[in-house]
Amino acid sequence: MSGLAETAGSAVEAALEAGAGAAEAYAVRDSGREVRVHGGEVESLTAATEAGVGVRAWIGHRVGYAYCTDLSAAGVTAIAGRAVEAARVADPDDFAAPPEPAVAAGLVGLSDPSVAAWSTAEVADLALAVERTALDADARIAGVEQAVYADSAEQVAIASSTGVAGEYESSSCYAYLQALAAGDGARETGLGFGLARGPAGLDPTAIGVEGAARALAMIGAGKPESRACPVVLDPTVAASFAGLIGGAIAASAVQRGRSPFAGRLDQEVASEAFVLHDDGLDPEGPGSAPFDGEGVPRRRTALIEGGRLRTYLYDTYTAHRGGERSTGNASRHGYRSLPSVSTSNLVVGGGEASLGELLVAAGEGIYVTDVAGLHSGVNPVTGVFSVGASGRAIRGGELAEPVREFTIAGELVAMLGAVRAAGADSRWVPFGGSVCTPPLLIGEMSVSGS
Amino acid sequence: MKSEAPTLIDPALAEHVLTRALAHGGRFAEVFAERRRGLTMSIDESRIEAVQSGAEEGAGVRVVEGGTTYFAHVDGLDPADLERAADEAAAALRGERREPQALRAVATEPLTIAVRPEAVEAGRKAALLRELDQRARGKGGEVVQFTGSYAEARREVTVANSDGRFAGDDRTRTRIGAQVVARRGDVVETGAETLGAHRGFELLEDDPGPIAEQAAGKALTLLDAGPAPSGSMPVVVGGGFGGVLFHEMTGHGLEADHIQKGASVYAGKLGERVAQPLLSAYDDGRLPGEWGSDAIDDEGSPTQKTLVIEEGRLTAYLYDYLTAERDGVASTGNGRRESFRHLPIPRMTNTYIAPGEATPEQMIAELEKGFYAVSFAGGQVDPATGDFVFGVSEGYLIESGKVTRPCRGATLIGNCLEALQAIDAVGDDFFMKTGICGKGGQRVPVGTGQGHVRVGAMTVGGTER
Repeated sequence: MSGLAETAGSAVEAALEAGAGAAEAYAVRDSGREVRVHGGEVESLTAATEAGVGVRAWIGHRVGYAYCTDLSAAGVTAIAGRAVEAARVADPDDFAAPPEPAVAAGLVGLSDPSVAAWSTAEVADLALAVERTALDADARIAGVEQAVYADSAEQVAIASSTGVAGEYESSSCYAYLQALAAGDGARETGLGFGLARGPAGLDPTAIGVEGAARALAMIGAGKPESRACPVVLDPTVAASFAGLIGGAIAASAVQRGRSPFAGRLDQEVASEAFVLHDDGLDPEGPGSAPFDGEGVPRRRTALIEGGRLRTYLYDTYTAHRGGERSTGNASRHGYRSLPSVSTSNLVVGGGEASLGELLVAAGEGIYVTDVAGLHSGVNPVTGVFSVGASGRAIRGGELAEPVREFTIAGELVAMLGAVRAAGADSRWVPFGGSVCTPPLLIGEMSVSGS
Repeated sequence: MKSEAPTLIDPALAEHVLTRALAHGGRFAEVFAERRRGLTMSIDESRIEAVQSGAEEGAGVRVVEGGTTYFAHVDGLDPADLERAADEAAAALRGERREPQALRAVATEPLTIAVRPEAVEAGRKAALLRELDQRARGKGGEVVQFTGSYAEARREVTVANSDGRFAGDDRTRTRIGAQVVARRGDVVETGAETLGAHRGFELLEDDPGPIAEQAAGKALTLLDAGPAPSGSMPVVVGGGFGGVLFHEMTGHGLEADHIQKGASVYAGKLGERVAQPLLSAYDDGRLPGEWGSDAIDDEGSPTQKTLVIEEGRLTAYLYDYLTAERDGVASTGNGRRESFRHLPIPRMTNTYIAPGEATPEQMIAELEKGFYAVSFAGGQVDPATGDFVFGVSEGYLIESGKVTRPCRGATLIGNCLEALQAIDAVGDDFFMKTGICGKGGQRVPVGTGQGHVRVGAMTVGGTER
């Protein structure tokens, strides 16, 4: 496979020669393209190729990291030396040690041949179709700020001095648009999106229709009254919150006392209606792979079930520290970063209620379709949050007028305890990491508007 | 120490690449070459960890024809890498060959770096983080955790285009951050502070310890906080990073790509009154040593000081090459990109509200009831609708003209046009802070600044019922 495994192997050798006691190399080669369209024309067309290697070196219990884009023998040798130098600067940490090898089963379905088979003209047509669908949806659609299609095909190889060795290929693509609706003297935006392993798996009509519908639904929005009331989170919003929960369940946050879930293992942290898994093996999940960022096999892990917190998420370091085994949740942002604990794909368990039934159960409340300011409005240590939101009022169990410019506030664990029902219809959402979730009915949340 | 702009690719090679990029037509072609080097490390649990160094180089080539930009990027700066990028960018074009104009080097003077960070031994950087750790923990036993970070990054760039421009820049940025967790019983609060500049290690040679103490001070103050109020009320916004409010609610809406797509509430408002006459504001990419400054933008245009609001009137938008061409004006030097792997788009540099005449004490003393937002954790705006939201990291209640108690968990929400018009006092206590701004998936360093500013009415989303 294009010499990537050999590159990783020689980087490990070079690090050992430079003085490392143990070493690991993670190499990636990626090719991708992106099409942006606007007003029926292709605005930009990008072709990208990228390759790099990152080396983790251990000297005793000290760890260092270095990466580069130069995969020549000289480049790899230089970067291996830098990783060793970096390790010499770090302080020793008793729990720092390289992962032991484990056999990862192959995972089929990660690559879709349509990524390679579809020409650039064909994927441009897909993006244009997304835009056109939205523009044709309604006379009040004033434009589309941007419609985008992007895909990538990636090869990954890992090797270590402890015998870890593996490689895989995967592909992914997405398309989205931001539709603009005009009415009532204001402009509204609406996001539509789709994710798949290849362009053949995307439905441009559905994406365009969603963006238009979301923008149109917001025309004439006003502020809701401040109150505590039932709230239904649509899947995009539920995913954002699930991502926050997943981050707080990472052992790295818990062990350093920076999580509202610290000290709550096996305790009640949610209502029974809220079930959460991390699933790194579902071929539909964008975060799936045979092994994680340090070569440990991915798996499916129950996080919250029966209302109780079942486990934290671990990589090798946090597992050593916690006296546990890695759950295969070492993640990387490509070759440029050290592995760290993070979710692969989060899957929120589905219930039996349709969206209509959730609204009826809510009675009088708010259907939240968008949240903003999650990165600034949430205290990750305490779980206290206050975020901007928009959506629709729920009156008499049905969707009513649009509402905007309000905040929803609370605390993450308390919110999980207030989940009354999960909807039946789940979808994959690229917010909060990679999350598959249905809509959720929360019994009561604090809404601050007028 | 004045530095020379680097030449990552020589002019002859650049002309060859541009010629190749225009092989199938195109009215404009550009090659952007970049070498990136960086070192980061952190301290957590009083232990130096995550020591990482990186080295990347590569190039992006774009060709513009009609309304379409064709872009390709590759790793590596060998002639073969650059030719491959040019060929890939040109692959989808079907026109007649064009010839680029002969290159004429633009003299540029990169910002002065007195002490190159890469020449400072890593042990000193680790020692600095240990000092921050001790200073924060020295604020008392309620400081239970400290995380410090150190980052140095150097970007050498060379840009050449078919209009004959050939320019380079050499940018070094240094930044440290401090995050504190304080605990008293069940109450846990956090505080953060950063210090950064487009400068070298000299930034940190004076005592950087105060940023750790300030972060600790914020977290400790919040231990005494009560719930934040809810509802519409006057808000006094702190200086420095308070300017992120202006950055988000107005700055993004002035970026010409949003304007040209009708996706900004400021479209068509040039020359109109958008704020009270007491407010003037600038985007200035030339402020010496500032975090958002560069000698040239990422298209080779010299950076400049742009007056965007003059005494309440909207006077300018922020342009890159393509949006300026479309409006028949000159680029304002705001074409920026995260790296050679990204297309340039209009971006702010250092954006600030010019100092006014009020004092923070006056602004507060005049209020019967209000909210004092000293600093933000961040914010977000939809430029098309103007709706924004900000998380307040340090906030206080104002009662009977006095700052009374700290509040936790406050969020400010509103609409740009209304909030900007509602600014009724601008302070004389001006200073700048650093930020990392995301747009279109690209993160670039930006400066924000202002003195204290008062917004007559704004919605505070708190937790008090």
